[in-house]
Amino acid sequence: MASTTRRDQVTTYRGQTVVRGSSRRSRLDAQREWVLFILFMLPNMVLFGLFTFWPMVENVRLSTQRWDMISPVRLDVGLDNYRYLIDDETFHRVLRNTAYFTVAAVGFSLLIGLIVALLLNQPLKFRNGARAVVFAPTLLSGAAIGIVWSYIFDPRYGLMAQVLGWVSVSSPDWLNRPEWAMPAIIIVYVWKNMGFAAVIFLAGLQAIPRDLYDAAKVDGANVWWRFRSVTLPMLSPISFFLLVTSILNTFQAFDIIRVMTQGGPVDSTNTLIYYVYDQGFTYINAGRSAAAALVLFVLMMVITLVQLRFAEQRVHYG
Amino acid sequence: MGRLSQEHQRRLNLAAGYLAMALIVLVVGLPVWWMISGSLKTSREIYTFPPDWIPRNPRWSNFRDAWQSAPFDRFYLNSIITTVAGSALEVTNATLGAYALAFLRFPFKNVVFAILLAALMIPGQVTILPNYVFFGSTVYDLIGQSWVNTYQAIILPGASVAFGTFLMRQSFLGLPREVLDAAKVDGAGHLRTLWDVVLPMARPVIVTFGLISVVAKWNDYLWPLVITQTENMRTLTVGISSFYDLEGNTQWGVVMAATVFVIFPLLVVFVFVQRFIIEGLTSGATKG
Repeated sequence: MASTTRRDQVTTYRGQTVVRGSSRRSRLDAQREWVLFILFMLPNMVLFGLFTFWPMVENVRLSTQRWDMISPVRLDVGLDNYRYLIDDETFHRVLRNTAYFTVAAVGFSLLIGLIVALLLNQPLKFRNGARAVVFAPTLLSGAAIGIVWSYIFDPRYGLMAQVLGWVSVSSPDWLNRPEWAMPAIIIVYVWKNMGFAAVIFLAGLQAIPRDLYDAAKVDGANVWWRFRSVTLPMLSPISFFLLVTSILNTFQAFDIIRVMTQGGPVDSTNTLIYYVYDQGFTYINAGRSAAAALVLFVLMMVITLVQLRFAEQRVHYG
Repeated sequence: MGRLSQEHQRRLNLAAGYLAMALIVLVVGLPVWWMISGSLKTSREIYTFPPDWIPRNPRWSNFRDAWQSAPFDRFYLNSIITTVAGSALEVTNATLGAYALAFLRFPFKNVVFAILLAALMIPGQVTILPNYVFFGSTVYDLIGQSWVNTYQAIILPGASVAFGTFLMRQSFLGLPREVLDAAKVDGAGHLRTLWDVVLPMARPVIVTFGLISVVAKWNDYLWPLVITQTENMRTLTVGISSFYDLEGNTQWGVVMAATVFVIFPLLVVFVFVQRFIIEGLTSGATKG
């Protein structure tokens, strides 16, 4: 990045400082700025080093060890923890659960979010109020919300049983049946996070120039065709952004699962992040937890890199 | 006749729009109402089917019972301490870092940029175990006592910030050049410029990021769950979940009253600040 500084005598270009003229004062000034820069950045950098970068290195080391986090001896076991994961039925289940949860939670959040955004983009009164209501659950504690929904899913006295009763369907025992627990978690997750997608989509819709629609109208395009040929393409960059951030967020969804099902029943809601926690802090098996954490990290990294790739293309394209 | 039916169609669409909007607000709001009405129900009312939508005799004592059956005053205190300290550190780090990136000369700025970007890609959830080991064994080896179950351990891993630094740098760069130059002409140093010129002008973005940070810290769950061990160190989110583990689903009225403790402060704050948060988030998404 090239930036011109205050007196135009010193220029930083690609990280190198070029001093034009040899005013000693300006060099002194520059050095003073370097010191100030370091001082301003230092706390942040030290914290990142201690609690973000170093732990990543440490995590790799832990993943090659067998350790109960108490004994002074850490046993080096090479790749045994990874072999364990490859063979472990539970871990396979965890990966399938993670895929199921991610696809469903992201898909429904984005789809419903888009529909809500399209609606709130109409000239309706109170739509800002509605936007606030829809967005509110995003900001509420997942732990507390999970408890509220556990009550809602109570098969006999819950709100869900009541609503299903209106259409004469009897409520399943949501949180205690392996086939219903994950749908229940997904419902809660979508309820809580759909508002984020809606708000971002809405901002995207409002940024679409009106004359594009007018032009399409002149061409005789009907509502559906205008949606297909103007709205969707204009929304695609923001949809992509939402898709990626939503996927990354679902990978980190922990509090709802911990509170509502603790990964159960019979591992039916055990996802990667929950497995990492469970292996580490329930089974006190640092090595396996670290190995699973690395799998989680690599997955997220791949998705982030794909996004960066596409974002770059978008810049060229736009 | 054509015009009339067009007008008719327009009204029909409008009515459908309002209906759909009301439905969405209802679906989103109903669980929150269920929590509030549940918190005011007696056990008898809880176990009535079909349920009452509005409790007939609001049982306010659920709140007293909840408050007394776990140290919620302590949970509140812990949440306030860790949220305020954590967010203050985050906002300070973001502001200083953004100022440095935007206005200060430094030969290795690119490297700093790359480090921040890399940090952005490592989510805190992936590093809980090694961080736990750090506060347990490493700190113990260094100073002879473990920091597990302390405030500093809850706060420190969340005190560094990459997203906020980028967000603020972007907004600092958009500040009017003339005002900054005028400060320089007046002989203001960088600290003065930051404090007297940049901070007042950039207040909206600082408030927005501060709010996002406060919400995240208040709701944080996994790390406080792992790093706290005794009841008196638990934050509200961890405290409520262990309270629920104990009470189970027998005392829904009292449990709902307890969840109100956690959610109510944020709901109240949200009513006043939702516009800042939504605008902050959407501007980040649409411009980025």
